[in-house]
Amino acid sequence: MSLVHAHDLKAFYGDAQALFGVDFRVEQGEVVAIIGANGAGKSTFLKALTGLVKVPRDAVLFDGQPIGSLPPGEIVKRGLAKVPEGRRLFPSLSVEENLLMGAFAGRPGPWDLARLYAMFPILKEKRLNPGTSLSGGQQQMVAIGRALMANPSVLLCDELSLGLAPIVIQEIYAALPRITAEGMSVVVVEQDVSVAMRVSQRVVCLQEGRVSLEGASSALTREQISAAYFGVYA
Amino acid sequence: MPLLALHDVHKSYGAVKVTDGISLSVAEGETLGILGPNGAGKTTLFNLISGDVRADAGRITYEGRDIADLKPHQRCRAGIGRSYQVPQPFGAMTVFENLVTAACFGAGEDEQQAWQTAHEVLQQTGLLAHANQPAGGLTLLNRKRLELARALATRPKLLLLDEIAGGLTEPEAKELVDELRRIKASGVTMVWIEHVVHALLAIADRLFVINFGQPLAEGLPADVMANPEVKRVYMGIES
Repeated sequence: MSLVHAHDLKAFYGDAQALFGVDFRVEQGEVVAIIGANGAGKSTFLKALTGLVKVPRDAVLFDGQPIGSLPPGEIVKRGLAKVPEGRRLFPSLSVEENLLMGAFAGRPGPWDLARLYAMFPILKEKRLNPGTSLSGGQQQMVAIGRALMANPSVLLCDELSLGLAPIVIQEIYAALPRITAEGMSVVVVEQDVSVAMRVSQRVVCLQEGRVSLEGASSALTREQISAAYFGVYA
Repeated sequence: MPLLALHDVHKSYGAVKVTDGISLSVAEGETLGILGPNGAGKTTLFNLISGDVRADAGRITYEGRDIADLKPHQRCRAGIGRSYQVPQPFGAMTVFENLVTAACFGAGEDEQQAWQTAHEVLQQTGLLAHANQPAGGLTLLNRKRLELARALATRPKLLLLDEIAGGLTEPEAKELVDELRRIKASGVTMVWIEHVVHALLAIADRLFVINFGQPLAEGLPADVMANPEVKRVYMGIES
C-alpha cells in the first residue's frame, strides 16, 4: 500500500477545472519530483493533498485512510506537511518562533530545534532575528525546518529553488539525504528540470492538469521531458 | 558618458554592510547582468539606484547628474524604471488599470496617453487577454509579466529588472528573453539581477558579480563565468 495515493483527482477553482483525474502515488522513503509549466497544476496538486483545495474525501488516501478536504491542520497532524512556495514566513516572528509554529500543529517525533540547528547551523546563529530579515536561502531553510518540526511522514516542497543562487540550491538539497534517512518521503515541485532529475528517484510531469509523463528519474531523457512539457505525449 | 554610474557606494543596515564600496558604470544601450549569492546585496543595489534607500556614502549619477536628492518617483520620471523581486501589483485593480497608473504617475502622461501606453504594453508583454482581470488573481507567470509591463509603462531609459525569470520554466524563460531582446533593440538600457543564469547569459553584454556587498568580478560574460572565484562562490563548483 502506498503512503500517499491520489486517485482520479479532480480540482476546481469555481467553474475552472485545474486537475483532470490525476493518479499519483508516493512510497515510504521515496523522493518524487513534480515538474511542469506554470499553470500545469503543480501547486494546485499540492494544495489538494494538504486540504487547501476542496477535493472528494476518497480521492486522496494517506496510509490507506481517506483525507481529501480534511481541515489542513488535521492533515498536518496525520503526517503531511508542506513547505509553501515563496517561504511564507511569519514576518513578526523570530527564526525560532517560526520553527516552533511548525511543531504547534504537528506530532511528536525525532525532529526538534536541536536537530534542525545541527542540520542548518546558521539558523541557530540567527535564531533571535526576525525570520524575514534572513537571506532567501536562509529563509528557505526556516520554511523547511518549520515543516519538519511537525514531524511529517511526507514532506511536500513547493519550488524550493525559486530565487536562489546555484550554490544555495546545492546547500538546500544537500539536506535531503538527512531528511529521508529515517524513511520520510519527500515530494518536490521543481521548476529546474536538472535539479528535479538529480534529487529524485521518480519524476511526474503535469501538463494542463494531467499527468503527461512519469518514470524513474534515471531512465527519462531530456527529450522525453521536453515533449511532456509541450504536450506531446511520450 | 555612462548613463548610470556608481562611485564607491556604501550602505549598512546596523552593523551589516550590505553595499561595501561598489563602483560600476552602465553605458547607454548596454545590458548589465548582476549575479551573486542570496544576501550578497544585489537588491539593495537596485534600492539605492531607484531611491528606495539612501546611500551612506558614495555617489550615484544618472545621465551625468548626481541623483542623491531625487526621490524615487522623481527618479522614475527621469527614466529609471524597475521591477520588484516579489511582484507588488495593486491587487484590486485590473491589469489595465495597473498599467495606466504606471504610465500616469511613473511617466507623467495624461490619461489619454496613458491608455495608449497601457494598450501598447499589454500587447508587447502578452497580457492583452488579461487586461480586465484583477491583478491579485493572476498566476505567477502573469504576475511576473505584469511586473515587467508596469516597469515598461513608466517609459524607462534605464530598466532595472530584479529576478523576473525566477519560477519560469525553460520555454517560458526563453519567451521572456525574446521579449527582453526586443526591449533592448528599442534602445532601453538594462540592469538585470537574475539567478536563472542561462537566461541572463542569453542577453547580457557584461556581468558584475557581488559577494558580501563587495565586487567579486566584472567583465564579459564568458570570462566572468570562467572565473574560478565566481565558480566557487556562486555556482558552488570547486575547480
